Amino acid sequence: MRVLRWTNTSKVFTGTALAIAALLATVPLVFETDVVQKLTNLLILVLLAVMWNALAGYGGLLSIGQQAFIGIGAYGTVFFAGLGVSPYLAMLLATLVAGLISVPISLFALRLRAAQFAIGMWVIAEAISILVRLDQNLGAGTGISLIQLNQYAPNFRQAYTFWLALAFAIIFLSALFVLLRSPLGVSLQAIRDDEDAARSLGVRVAGRKRLLFVLAGFGCGAAGVLIGANTLFIEPGSIFSVQWTAYMIFMVLVGGLGTFEGPILGAILLFAIQTTFTQGGPWYLVGLGATAALFALVLPRGIWGTIEERLGLQLLPVGYRVVEMKGEERTA
Amino acid sequence: MTLLQVEGLDCRYGLLQAVRGVSIEVANGETVALIGANGAGKSTLLRALAGAHRPHAGRVLFDGRDITSMPAHRRVSLGIALVPEGRRLFPSLTVEENLRVSASRKGRWSVQSVLDLFPMLQPRRHMVAANLSGGEQQAVAIGRALMSNPRLLLLDEVSLGLAPVVVDAVYRSLADILREGTTVILVEQDLGRALKVAGRVICMLEGRIVLEGAAASLDRDRVVGAYFGLKRPA
Amino acid sequence: MTIVNAVLQGIFLGAFYAVLACGLSVMFGVMRIINLAHGDIAVLGAYAVFVIVQSTGMSPFVAFVVALPLMIVLGYVLQLTILERSLKSGILIPLLATFGLSIVIQNLLLLRFSPDVRSLGGDAGAVTTSSWQVTSGLSVSALGIVILLVALVVFGALQVFLSRTRTGWMMRATAEDADAAELVGIDSRGVYARATALAVAIAALGGLFLAIRSVFDPLSGPTQLIFAFEAVVIGGMGSLWGTLVGGLALGVAQTVGAQINPEYSALAGHLLFLAVLIVRYGGVRVALRTAR
Repeated sequence: MRVLRWTNTSKVFTGTALAIAALLATVPLVFETDVVQKLTNLLILVLLAVMWNALAGYGGLLSIGQQAFIGIGAYGTVFFAGLGVSPYLAMLLATLVAGLISVPISLFALRLRAAQFAIGMWVIAEAISILVRLDQNLGAGTGISLIQLNQYAPNFRQAYTFWLALAFAIIFLSALFVLLRSPLGVSLQAIRDDEDAARSLGVRVAGRKRLLFVLAGFGCGAAGVLIGANTLFIEPGSIFSVQWTAYMIFMVLVGGLGTFEGPILGAILLFAIQTTFTQGGPWYLVGLGATAALFALVLPRGIWGTIEERLGLQLLPVGYRVVEMKGEERTA
Repeated sequence: MTLLQVEGLDCRYGLLQAVRGVSIEVANGETVALIGANGAGKSTLLRALAGAHRPHAGRVLFDGRDITSMPAHRRVSLGIALVPEGRRLFPSLTVEENLRVSASRKGRWSVQSVLDLFPMLQPRRHMVAANLSGGEQQAVAIGRALMSNPRLLLLDEVSLGLAPVVVDAVYRSLADILREGTTVILVEQDLGRALKVAGRVICMLEGRIVLEGAAASLDRDRVVGAYFGLKRPA
Repeated sequence: MTIVNAVLQGIFLGAFYAVLACGLSVMFGVMRIINLAHGDIAVLGAYAVFVIVQSTGMSPFVAFVVALPLMIVLGYVLQLTILERSLKSGILIPLLATFGLSIVIQNLLLLRFSPDVRSLGGDAGAVTTSSWQVTSGLSVSALGIVILLVALVVFGALQVFLSRTRTGWMMRATAEDADAAELVGIDSRGVYARATALAVAIAALGGLFLAIRSVFDPLSGPTQLIFAFEAVVIGGMGSLWGTLVGGLALGVAQTVGAQINPEYSALAGHLLFLAVLIVRYGGVRVALRTAR
């Protein structure tokens, strides 16, 4: 019997994934600006889904308030750009700020039980949203534009934004990947399966969860930065809206909570739905909400989770597989 | 007349099989002691009879009626009551509320007659259950089951965690219940008590019945042997 | 004087929040579920009353009595379809399922009624407009008194229900130990359904008060949920009278905050909520300990 990390399938797929990433880098060179903008949106969705899954799927932390970090990322960019910092540097700074703010928040937020954590994060998002709304320098309630980006020609700007989005997606996916493959990752699995048992074995539960929380803070901040850069105009009502959480929940629940590949699948699905139903509107949201609720009740492992379970498939080598060697006898 | 019939009962917790292929027949008015080491499956069996645990396979027939998939609360109205392991009183309810919250059926047992059976509860009638002593809680737990005037009373380890003096008192009250002719299956760790109060003894080991017979006819050595699984088949 | 008046108005506002929070508290107390669609159900109640008022011209209070049976049925349906399933699946699933439900309700309301804000204050008659000037700085509105009295009656009635009636004991028993409750003949499914129906009915009452004292639109639900939850947490989760106190505290925090700056109203409530969380659960004590 051998314990493997890489199976043949996962070797092939990881190679393919890297190839896809390289191919994606050429998108702005090949496609029209509006297509590039749409694909930037897809990358933003992937980032959001993966981050929310990191919290809920791997950390058991259900947050309804990640829009707090999205907003901090977007408004942080406006703030730094307003100080005269070069726009793309402002974006990196804003992402940093979002991540750093998540640290003090984590000190008390992580001690809360499920519902209090979920709604507590929402209240924090609302509170930050109100503070922003009161600041005239940040455009108050009406919103503000990232005018500093106008110094770039539209197609260059969209290209830079796309590459930044691609870079963020790769960075955060890789960070999560490395995290899950490390001893940290195994302990996270243990925490998810049985927190008390894990703690009694010496797993530092609080520290692990904090790591995920801060990672998600950075990640959602990055997403906010990208949203601002992609749409150029942000206003508190929409950037701090709980709608973002609704999208994240949909993508992760439908794609596969607690799997690595699931959220990516969910993001692609949501993107497909969004491009088909460009009208948006209430019916579309009714569908999203109903589907999310249905998956929660009937298929909680999501599409990918169910596939993974039924077929024993694993595309990316995040776990361990026990393989029996040919000719070995099974002892009782 | 057969009151309870169990056929090939198989109970599981996930992959763990707690009760394997158990078949029992209990006649009306019998007192059966269910003994065995911890983890033998006794509590699980009682819970399956009460409807708190859904069996994986097998049947439970009560008075000729198949009740295998009947939920617990409906079995109470049929006349099956379980006094669960660990008492499980409702902590914020008083003694009287604990008694009155139970479903009741017509019969000899009422709040007053239960309090007559356990006189130490009388002055504690309006005391919150969480503040009672172990013995008092056990009395309330038994009384609570009696409120439904059961035809089949299931008792799971009523002596657990109680001082011997208290256990004596509980068993004295039990004698009154038995005298009424209620069919009783009790799980009891104390072999001596079990053999004294029961007409029939069933011994379980690792989910299976390994010994069964009239209490009077079984000698202690045989029982101990079955209990600990000595002389196991190859 | 203005601070005293602010506190007084805060109490009236808080009574409204307490009613809004009551149903949430009942559901949590009995089933350990936080229904994220609670606010939207309150708004649904408001729309139900609105429709009846529009088509019959009744007073909203009478219309509420008509709408109540419908809301109760909705409560039963909600429990038996969605909540029951999620009860068995851990802590996250009920939150996720009710969140999805919340989105569905909001958008169905949006489809049926437009995004326009509405109010039933005008239809409620004199009670909305009457007020008494107690002193030069203190005014007491009739509506405020009505809501406060109703809140006290609702909480009082619930208390009596839970401590004196057999159905109330059954609910408490099921809340404390559902398994043991089943063993003594209590149908836990039925108890849960009744608790949800009760919660939905009280939520609808909250919706009625929302419609009369203020405005509402299809997307008002989440705001009501946040205030209701804040009230429950401030007062202490699992405590019925705590929810009343929490609601009053929240109301006062908001009105006092508004004294500093009208835009600080909701923020003051959020800060009180977060402060309570930090003190009760937060790492402040731990941080102080490790800092030494």
